[in-house]
Amino acid sequence: MLRTGRFVTFMALAGLMYLYIPIFIMMVLSFNGSRLVSVWGGFSFKWYGELFSNDQLLNAAWLSIRVAGFSATLAVILGTLAGYVLTRFGPFRGRVLMAGMVAAPLVMPEVITGLSLLLLFVAMEDFIGWPQGRSITTIVISHATFCMAYVAIVVQSRLAQMDGVLEEAAQDLGARPWRAFIDVTLPMLAPALISGWLLAFTLSFDDLVISSFVSGPGSSTLPMVIFSKVRLGVSPDVNALATILIGFVGTCVFIYSWRAGRRMRMCEDA
Amino acid sequence: MEHRSAGAGPGGSAAEPFVRIEVITKRFGATVAVNRIDLDIQRSELFCLLGGSGSGKSTLLRMLAGFEQPSEGRILIDGQDMTGVPAYERPVNMMFQSYALFPHMSVSDNVAYGLRRGGVARAEIRKRVADMLDIVKMGDYAQRKPHQLSGGQRQRVALARALVKQPKLLLLDEPLGALDKKLREETQFELMKIQSQLGTTFIVVTHDQDEAMTLASRMGVMQDGRLVQVGGPRDLYEFPVNRFVARFIGAVNLFEAVLIEDEPGHARLRCAETGGVFHVSHGVSGTLGQTMHLALRPEKINLIRDKPDGEENVAPGVIDEIAYLGNLSVYQVRLDTGRLIHVTLPNLDRHEGEAFEAGNRVFCSWGPASAVVLPA
Repeated sequence: MLRTGRFVTFMALAGLMYLYIPIFIMMVLSFNGSRLVSVWGGFSFKWYGELFSNDQLLNAAWLSIRVAGFSATLAVILGTLAGYVLTRFGPFRGRVLMAGMVAAPLVMPEVITGLSLLLLFVAMEDFIGWPQGRSITTIVISHATFCMAYVAIVVQSRLAQMDGVLEEAAQDLGARPWRAFIDVTLPMLAPALISGWLLAFTLSFDDLVISSFVSGPGSSTLPMVIFSKVRLGVSPDVNALATILIGFVGTCVFIYSWRAGRRMRMCEDA
Repeated sequence: MEHRSAGAGPGGSAAEPFVRIEVITKRFGATVAVNRIDLDIQRSELFCLLGGSGSGKSTLLRMLAGFEQPSEGRILIDGQDMTGVPAYERPVNMMFQSYALFPHMSVSDNVAYGLRRGGVARAEIRKRVADMLDIVKMGDYAQRKPHQLSGGQRQRVALARALVKQPKLLLLDEPLGALDKKLREETQFELMKIQSQLGTTFIVVTHDQDEAMTLASRMGVMQDGRLVQVGGPRDLYEFPVNRFVARFIGAVNLFEAVLIEDEPGHARLRCAETGGVFHVSHGVSGTLGQTMHLALRPEKINLIRDKPDGEENVAPGVIDEIAYLGNLSVYQVRLDTGRLIHVTLPNLDRHEGEAFEAGNRVFCSWGPASAVVLPA
C-alpha cells in the first residue's frame, strides 16, 4: 500500500490549484467594483447589473443556449442511431469504415471542419437554395456533426456493456425490432443519452472556431462575442457572465452525479 | 429410476408431428454449427436436447425461436413453415438462460409485456398475469423489480413471462443452470408439473444429463452439430449407440473386445482388458474376429470375495480406492490386467463388518444382460 505522505498531498493540492485558481480569480473579479481588471475596487454587484442591461451579451448567450440545445438533441438522435448500428448489426460490410468515419470528427482539426462546412453551405446554397445565408441553422447543423461523434462513442460503449439478449427477449414476446428498441433498449440507454446530451451541449456551447466559420450576421454565439470583446480589452461584465455560467453548470453536474451515484448504489444492491 | 412414459413417443401415433425439423444445417462462415438434423417432436412432449458446449444445441434452439435462419432445410411448427417468419411472429416463446428479465420493469410488467404487444385487452392482461404469477407462486412479488428477487424467483418470473402468451411451443435454454443444487431439484419437478398442467410442448436445452434424465419424456444427444441419438432416457442409458453417448450419460466402463461367437440369442467376446470373456444376452451383427466396444455401467457390476462359478463375465482385481457417497459407494478396482474399473454398490446395511476395504482382493462379476455392445 502506498503511503500517502505530505508530498502526495502537496502535489494533489498543487494540481487542483493549477486547475481552479484561474477560474476562482475570475469569479472573485466579477465582484470587483473597479473598472480595471487588475485593481481591486471593493466588493460590488455592479457588473451583474451591467450584464443584465447589455443586450448584446444576453442575446448572444440566449442564442448559444438555443444552438447548443438544438444541436445536442440532433446529435443524440443521430449518434444513438450510429452507435446502435455499430454495436448491434453484426459485422456488416463497411462496418470498420463506418466506425472510423463516425469517430473521425473527434480528431479532425476544428479549422478544417469549419472551413469544409462553410464550403458545403455555400455550394448547397448555389445548387438547391438552402440554407439561405449563414444563420443559426448552419451553426446547429455544424455543431451536430461533430457532437454526434461524441454521442456515438458514449452510446456505443454503453450498448457494448448491455446484453443484447434483452432485445431478443422483447422480440420473442412479440415486439418488432423498433418496438423492442423503444421499450427495452432506450430506457436502459437513458443514462448514456443524458450524459451524451450534456456533453454535446457543452461542446456546442463553447465552440468558437467552427461557429466563426459558419455563422452569419446577427448570429454571433456567446464565445464569439466574448472573444471579440476581449480583443478590445477585458470588460468585467464578461466575468460576471462567466461566473453565472459556472454556477449553473456546477449545479447541474452536482445534481447529475449525485443522482447517478444513487442509481449506482441501487444497482449494486441487486 | 422411474420415468414418465412418453406421451406420444416416436412412432406412437400416426398423427402429424407438432414440430418438424427437416434436415436443417446452419453454417457460420466455414464452421458448421448444426449439421443435417432431422427431428420430429410430438405435441405436449417434453423434449431435452443434451450436449456439451459447442455441440450446436443452442444454435438449434435459436433457429426454432427465429433468431437464426437455417442455412439449409426448414422448420415446421404445427404444420406451418417457419422459413422467413421472424421471431416476433412465431407461436413460440423462449425462456433465456440468463432469464433476460427487463430490469426497469416490475415483475407484473415483465409478465404482461408479451400480452401488451399482442394487443390483449387491459382487463384480460391483468387477469392472465395474476393467474400466471399464481401458477409459478410469485403472486406476492408482482410489484418487485427483478434486482429485488433471488435467482430462483427470477427463474419463476422468466417462466411465467414465457408461458403467459400460451405459446404452442416453449423453448428453455438451460432453465435450471443458474440455480443451486437443492433449488434445481425442487424446480425440476415443478417445471414438469406446470408442463403437464398446461400441456405446452417444451424443448429444453441442457448440458446437464441429470436434468435431462429427470425432465425429459424423450431426449436427443448432440455432438459436433449432429444429433447422435434420440430416445427415452432409459433407451439412451441402457442402449447408447456409441461411446460418446455412453460416456455422456452416466458413468461407464468401456472395453474393447473381439467377437468370438455370434448367435441370434447371445454373443461372446474376448476382452484383453479384463482378461476374460464377455457373454452378452443379445446378438451382435458383426463378423467373427471383429473388434467391438462394450459398455458396462458401474452399478451393474457386483463385487464378491470368493471366486464365482464359471469363467465368463468375471474379472479378478484389487480394490484401489473407495469413495463413500452415503447412499452408495464408488469402488475403484484395479484388475489383474492393470485396467482400472469403477463399480458402485448401494450401502444396504449400516454395520461395517462386511464392508470392503481398500486392498481387498475381489472378483468383479456381472450378468449376461449387464454389458451392452455398442453399434459404433
